[in-house]
Amino acid sequence: MDSEMYQENILDHYKHPRHKGALMRCTVQHHELNPVCGDMLTFYLQIEDGMIKDISFAGHGCAISQASASLLAEYLYQKPVTLLEELKPEMIYSLLGIEISPGRVKCALLSFVTVTKALGEYGNSEQHRRVEAKI
Amino acid sequence: MIPMNRKTNDPVPCNELALKIKLDFPLLSREMAGKKLVYLDSTATTQKPQVVLDAELKYYQETNANVHRGLYTLAEDATTQYEQARMKVAEFIGAQYEEVIFTSGTTSSINMAARLLEPLVKEGDEIVITIMEHHSNFLPWQQLAKRKKCVLKIIPITKEYGLDMAAAQKIITSKTKIVACTYVSNVLGTINAVGEVIEMAKRVGAYTLIDGAQAVPHMMLEVKKLGCDFLAFSGHKMCGPTGIGVLYGKRELLEKLEPVVFGGEMVKEATLHTLSWNELPWKFEAGTPNIAGAIALGTAVAYIQEIFTLQMQEHLGDLTKYALAEMQTLPGLQIIGPRGEEMEKGEKIERIGVISFTMDCAHPHDIAEILNSHGVCIRAGHHCAMPLHTTLAIPATARVSFYVYNTKEDVDALMRGLRRVVEVFA
Ligand SMILES: Cc1ncc(COP(=O)(O)O)c(C=O)c1O
Repeated sequence: MDSEMYQENILDHYKHPRHKGALMRCTVQHHELNPVCGDMLTFYLQIEDGMIKDISFAGHGCAISQASASLLAEYLYQKPVTLLEELKPEMIYSLLGIEISPGRVKCALLSFVTVTKALGEYGNSEQHRRVEAKI
Repeated sequence: MIPMNRKTNDPVPCNELALKIKLDFPLLSREMAGKKLVYLDSTATTQKPQVVLDAELKYYQETNANVHRGLYTLAEDATTQYEQARMKVAEFIGAQYEEVIFTSGTTSSINMAARLLEPLVKEGDEIVITIMEHHSNFLPWQQLAKRKKCVLKIIPITKEYGLDMAAAQKIITSKTKIVACTYVSNVLGTINAVGEVIEMAKRVGAYTLIDGAQAVPHMMLEVKKLGCDFLAFSGHKMCGPTGIGVLYGKRELLEKLEPVVFGGEMVKEATLHTLSWNELPWKFEAGTPNIAGAIALGTAVAYIQEIFTLQMQEHLGDLTKYALAEMQTLPGLQIIGPRGEEMEKGEKIERIGVISFTMDCAHPHDIAEILNSHGVCIRAGHHCAMPLHTTLAIPATARVSFYVYNTKEDVDALMRGLRRVVEVFA
């Protein structure tokens, strides 16, 4: 049997990523790198009136890191910023819907780290610190 | 590495023998993911034959005592076995006994060499390395250069994944004080013309260190012929245990260098404010060494020597050629390293069985993950050679590597896994 990881949903988001490409009019963007595997991710957020009006990502990496970015972008699109403030790693796992082996945690959470750091740059440093504590 | 030149259509004529050799390695008979384990990551570390495991256990069960210290028979036996192991290693690489310093591995060997040479370089001197170095032969020199305000110069590679010897000619000048170069790349598999590099270094009076971590396990190498000042390698990459390695140093040089680690064993006489060092090689072996590891390494060396008489180098060449040909039938698979055309032409094989590759459809991590679920162990990432990957503009590669216990069946299992990768991701 193949690894349980490559469920249809994951492969679909990997091969056909949603919200991929740079945002022209973004309020904030953040770039992160996973040096161990060379995965790279940039998240772009357009925030207006407490809403994530638009969101996108760019980068490359393994199926898990890229599917997780696509799923997360889809989840946050046109949602209140408060949703992002409350984001936890568990949410990413549940979006992915698969068991993540210890070796792949960094891949799965790269999107989470990138997007929360983007928010940190946007919001006040108080928020930023709370997010850091969650990682 | 001798090119295949046998009158047979069998691509891997020594396979039967390799299947027998595999039985010497207990771990290789275990299962993984409900399948037979296929181990293709010997570049990271090789598996251990039963004789090596026995040697280590036997030492602890029958001879354990500290070396060079006790006057009782047990301690003398331990010392004898430890020093006999040194003798075997020295003979294996064609060195004198006093020139073999036991360390914990290649990394500590190279770090020690850099510290030993530190007093001999000064501001403005140049240290030359290559872009294909493992971090372990890159960072110690980078940091030495930083400490002593030396200039670090880097020999690039050619499009064919070999060292750019023309560039080396220009880079190695009278300003060069140290040249450190790997014999075999742990990513590309390329066997470098280190003899020529050493010649260039000698002409300008520079010290030379060869990283033999991948070369020593694969070829019968003779340091005296090579002519390098230092050679570093690890036991665990040649059927020995982890935590033991070697720094070979030329006797004349070792005699004039001052130790950089101080403690028991390395000292002849210590007073309140002074010390005089012990003889070679002990002057560079402060503290209780890895006695069991050294003894087991001696056994590993004897094991490899025997295996090498059984055409195993030819077998590894055949297997590599077979794997390269099979892998290149897959659409979108690129070999990052010499592709083996030179083998087809019957020329000297200038690579070993370390094959890094990428696939258009899948990231190396995902390739390794799928293979893992088929019981096939391969490596994915930058293989501790980030500068090389940056230069090649490839964030990561997948890598398979072979050793004496690998068989045609292992390559076939790899291919089944890779075809599955294509099915899942393409
Ligand atoms: C070419 C090369 N140099 C150095 C090393 C470092 O060896 P160790 O980790 O045993 O010190 C390796 C191991 O991967 C290697 O392949």
